[in-house]
Amino acid sequence: MPDPERPDDLLRKADDLTPKERLSLPKQPMPERAPQERRRSQEEVPLGFDEVHAMLEACRCLECKAKPCVAGCPVGVDIPGFIRLVRKGDFAGAIAKIRECNCLPAVTGRVCPQETQCQLHCTIAKARKDPEEAVSIGRLERFVADWEREHHARRVEPPAPPTGKRVAIVGSGPAGLSAAGDLVRLGHEVTVFEAFHKMGGVLVYGIPEFRLPKEIVQEEVDGLAAQGVRFEPNVVIGQTVTVDELLEEEGYDAVFLGTGAGLPMFLEIPGEHLIGVYSANEYLTRANLMQAYAFPKVDTPVVKADRVTVVGGGNVAMDAARTALRLGAGEVTLIYRRSRAEMPARAEEIHHAEEEGVRFLLLTNPMEILGDERGRVRGVRCLRMELGEPDASGRRRPVPVPGSEFDVPAELVIEAIGNGPNPLATSTTPGLETDRKGRIVVDPASGKTSKRGVFAGGDVVRGGSTVILAMKDGRAAARAIHEALSGERQPQEEVKA
Amino acid sequence: MNRVLRRVELADRIVQLDVEAPRIAKKRRPGQFVIVRVVEGGERIPLTIAGADPEEGSITLVVQVVGKTTTLLSHLSPGDSILDLAGPLGRPTHIERCGTVAVVAGGIGVAPLYPIAKALAEVGNSLVGVLGARTRALVVWEDRLASVCDELVVTTDDGTYGRAGRVTDALAEIASRRRLDLVVAIGPPVMMKAVSELTRPMQIPTVVSLNPIMVDGTGMCGGCRVLVGGQNRFVCVEGPEFDGHQVDFDNLIARLNAYKEYEQESLRSLAEGHRFAEGSCRLSEEVRRAGS
Repeated sequence: MPDPERPDDLLRKADDLTPKERLSLPKQPMPERAPQERRRSQEEVPLGFDEVHAMLEACRCLECKAKPCVAGCPVGVDIPGFIRLVRKGDFAGAIAKIRECNCLPAVTGRVCPQETQCQLHCTIAKARKDPEEAVSIGRLERFVADWEREHHARRVEPPAPPTGKRVAIVGSGPAGLSAAGDLVRLGHEVTVFEAFHKMGGVLVYGIPEFRLPKEIVQEEVDGLAAQGVRFEPNVVIGQTVTVDELLEEEGYDAVFLGTGAGLPMFLEIPGEHLIGVYSANEYLTRANLMQAYAFPKVDTPVVKADRVTVVGGGNVAMDAARTALRLGAGEVTLIYRRSRAEMPARAEEIHHAEEEGVRFLLLTNPMEILGDERGRVRGVRCLRMELGEPDASGRRRPVPVPGSEFDVPAELVIEAIGNGPNPLATSTTPGLETDRKGRIVVDPASGKTSKRGVFAGGDVVRGGSTVILAMKDGRAAARAIHEALSGERQPQEEVKA
Repeated sequence: MNRVLRRVELADRIVQLDVEAPRIAKKRRPGQFVIVRVVEGGERIPLTIAGADPEEGSITLVVQVVGKTTTLLSHLSPGDSILDLAGPLGRPTHIERCGTVAVVAGGIGVAPLYPIAKALAEVGNSLVGVLGARTRALVVWEDRLASVCDELVVTTDDGTYGRAGRVTDALAEIASRRRLDLVVAIGPPVMMKAVSELTRPMQIPTVVSLNPIMVDGTGMCGGCRVLVGGQNRFVCVEGPEFDGHQVDFDNLIARLNAYKEYEQESLRSLAEGHRFAEGSCRLSEEVRRAGS
């Protein structure tokens, strides 16, 4: 048995380790910035593996034949394949392997909920009866993606012969970027339209810098541009140009709608019009896209407050709470109407938020936002809840406890209670079927909508979902668009009819 | 992209910019707006489109210097470009023939009002205009508005031009002698509030165009929400025009002032930065005035 304390020794023998030996190797820790250091800093929290730790962690993979992890990956990355290359120190090979299926590895390596996907199915975790003990697939993915970036090892693939077909991608979030990446590789002429001035969608306006550095997103966008994808910012499809105009006047053969879930919901309680009440979308957009944390070096401010409350229990709520700390809040309280077990946020995000000092007020529901005489927030009136019978989501329904009102003092209230699909593109596209929540109805396998030549994926189809599922949709739609455009019949007939 | 073709100083700290924006010029309808960002690190602000020439591929913006972004905008010269320009945003004005329409402008509200007035006149309405400003030097686009109105009354607060007084005084006088089927009022929120208060008891339908603080302009953040009839409405996608009798103007005004101290700080840092870099220049002088 090699000594795990002596990495060189172990790595020399890595090819010959028996499954039993692999199983006994300890999980490699990933260093993180200390909570006290990071809670005021935009710097990324986890620091990532170095080469030795990555290779040691890769040694833990059993490379089992069944590959249950791959089945757990929405985009089907050959996980044991890339991990094997990491173990051998072939990082360029490893990243190439991942890129076969995933065009945003530095992003997914950071924001994917691996614990409920690939790592949930890991044989090591099952053998050790502890999901925490799974091979750190996400961290390894992040490592090789970072290695590629730091070593400028990004391979620009030779372009496929041009097909002469033009595809418009609406929205530059994970769904759109994935679709663009696949389509350009297949030789199509791809233009990505983005409403904002900067590419990346939720990756730049929503997910904070300390969880996903924006230069990483920019590098991915630059990489796609190098492959030939054209990016047009400041174009609001539905307003500047409609989908029909793209197809009929601007000469596009197909359109992919990846416009996301950009329509914030509000609690619809009294006091929401007070100064100091934000949707999480607005708060995070100000902080991330507009970099309000650097005010007055940049021009977009965000209301500063000592006491901040965040309403909601998802990843966006955690992001908002942790952002508030970084913008200088002394006390951040997260209000959630169910219990901790029902929180939809990733365990890691909840853990990080708690470590940084976010206070959780569970089984609590805001009733009214209280204001002062100047129209500014001074607190939130809440009601205690208890859990009743399961509701439609299968989670136990929170029921108010009569007479349990109490006030939480605060100068800022951030509502992170979900988003609906943004209607600007859908409402201006006749013949495009949407459901009662405004989500575009598609064939899940292909992203085909009710309108010829129009495909859709990501949150505009799913409601609030994950980066990786949006990417899966983008890829599936790219495949379907490619098939439609290279069908035997003339593509004009095939797609537009 | 977004190149400034012409710059006209209409009045003290009021500048007209004609900007190359072919897609927007082709698409925009009266009442719609754009979001601009002037420099890297700059904020996104909404500006109502004051006109367009689809053949030239240009739109007209009228900018009054109130903060850092408008200061930077007002200093663009022909050939310079606006970094980011997105639009047209919001819903166009509902244009129909309804009889006699009073179009009421406060200050540079005349710029967004003019294309609406023109469209209303083109479908056969008779228009009576009221154009109010603080003082004579700030009366702009009088000739344009006059060209589409049967009658135009100009008011100045200080009496240096036209009738002395507020637009509401003139509007009340007009309403006493002419039947008005619709009032469209665009200007500072206090002025739109006053007009709406005046027309409410007269039961004259009144449309106002709101100008809250926005970030994205596409319904994504909800920062522009206003209370209309007690409901949260997003001005960027559901407006910018609403029934003036339903709008909670006090709340709009309070929300417009939410960042006042930050705006002053932003202006100060611009002025100091400029003095540091270029000595006492014209820009820093204007910034100092705008910030005071």
